[in-house]
Amino acid sequence: MIEIKGISKSFKDKKVLHGISGKFVKGKTNLIIGASGTGKSVLLKCLVGLLNPDKGSVLFDGRNFTNANKNLTTEIRREIGMLFQGSALFDSKNVEENIKFPLDLLTDTSQKEKIDKVNHCLSLVGLEKINKKMPSELSGGMKKRVGIARAIVNDSNYLFCDEPNSGLDPLTAIKIDDLILELTQKLNTTTIVVTHDMNSVIEIGEYIMFLHNGRKLWEGDNKEILKTKIKELNDFIFSNKLMKKIR
Amino acid sequence: MFLISLFERREKLKTYFSLTINECIKIGYDSLFIVSIVSIFMGAVTTIQTAYNLVGPLIPDYVISLVVRDMTLLELSPTIIAIVFAGKVGSNIAGELGTMRITEQIDALEVMGVNSSSYLVLPKIIAALLMFPILVIISATLAIFGGYAAGVLTDVITGQEYIYGIRYEFNPFNIPFALVKAYVFAFIVASISSFQGYYTSGGALEVGKSSTNAVTNSCIAILIADYILAQILL
Repeated sequence: MIEIKGISKSFKDKKVLHGISGKFVKGKTNLIIGASGTGKSVLLKCLVGLLNPDKGSVLFDGRNFTNANKNLTTEIRREIGMLFQGSALFDSKNVEENIKFPLDLLTDTSQKEKIDKVNHCLSLVGLEKINKKMPSELSGGMKKRVGIARAIVNDSNYLFCDEPNSGLDPLTAIKIDDLILELTQKLNTTTIVVTHDMNSVIEIGEYIMFLHNGRKLWEGDNKEILKTKIKELNDFIFSNKLMKKIR
Repeated sequence: MFLISLFERREKLKTYFSLTINECIKIGYDSLFIVSIVSIFMGAVTTIQTAYNLVGPLIPDYVISLVVRDMTLLELSPTIIAIVFAGKVGSNIAGELGTMRITEQIDALEVMGVNSSSYLVLPKIIAALLMFPILVIISATLAIFGGYAAGVLTDVITGQEYIYGIRYEFNPFNIPFALVKAYVFAFIVASISSFQGYYTSGGALEVGKSSTNAVTNSCIAILIADYILAQILL
């Protein structure tokens, strides 16, 4: 479980996050949603330690990550897998090398075991026999899948996904959502997904935190969200015509 | 602060070894062609221009090659090649790291618990320190050869006189002086370019700016260091 307590973050005079607290449960897909510019990605960066919050703390299964010493920071980070918005695959490495990268750095297992693990992860994300392809040869959806494979290869306890559906067609986006849900349940990870894709909210939102202007305005699950009376959340959910018709 | 961060939370030595070898190939071997071309012509032009300026019955011809030798060792090979090195390798380092920054590849390394500055920058600096002095030695050799070829082919000096001038009153200290310069310039180019690239923020435009800044700042720093080293060591 990941717990956040009163996270605040400012950039110069602009306060981006206002004392956000919440609990992200293990084995569930936890979503952080909100319109663009509400601080979702900043919160995610505070969670994974790419940004230091001005106030508050982040606890990974009770371990305080915010004030951790370098050893604990490294220890926790090595339990984290992250899918970046643009996949962030290393351009100079092929698919196999990209996925194997955390194993090469963090483990002492044999090359054969590493390759087996890479192939296992590739099969989990529905990709096979693309080991030698370079990232530039992959489609957007394939890059995301490879990114997920890299994020889970080290048996990560915590999986973070930043806008996993951005730039993907609806069909591929659904496949990625299903994959994240399936992997979360299969690997029992604490998964946090930052998104503003309503389809993801409905499909995989087992716990949802809604941010508005840097404040947590609502939390609940994908069933409760459609019944909410909060204006800002309703404006966000039912912003497109299709959702209005469903309503 | 940036340089100190390179030595924190380091990875296994084996990791750095393979990375450094790769960087040596990129920084050293891949620069060989441009360094060779520049050096040969640098020596050739120095010979022709020295001959043009030193024409006179009182000045022996071997002075031409003596001037070529000393200019090459003291200034041209370490400094001009460092400027070329800044243009080729410095812009490459800044561009590579800048692109990695804006495409979140550096963030990905950090999230994995890897000290990204150490992992990415340290091998580049070590490789530059290993390869640039070798490039300077090759450059000096080729420049002297280029001078010989130009001198003999244009009849401004005979081969014998050229070799006599090269050997005449040779000060062996010029070689360690050139190598000291080479180490300092290699460190300047690799560290300034890495810093510019590593701290890129924004998009493609900023990557371009980082590359330009890397080359400009490296060149200025090289020239300042060149003056200081000449003042201190000569």
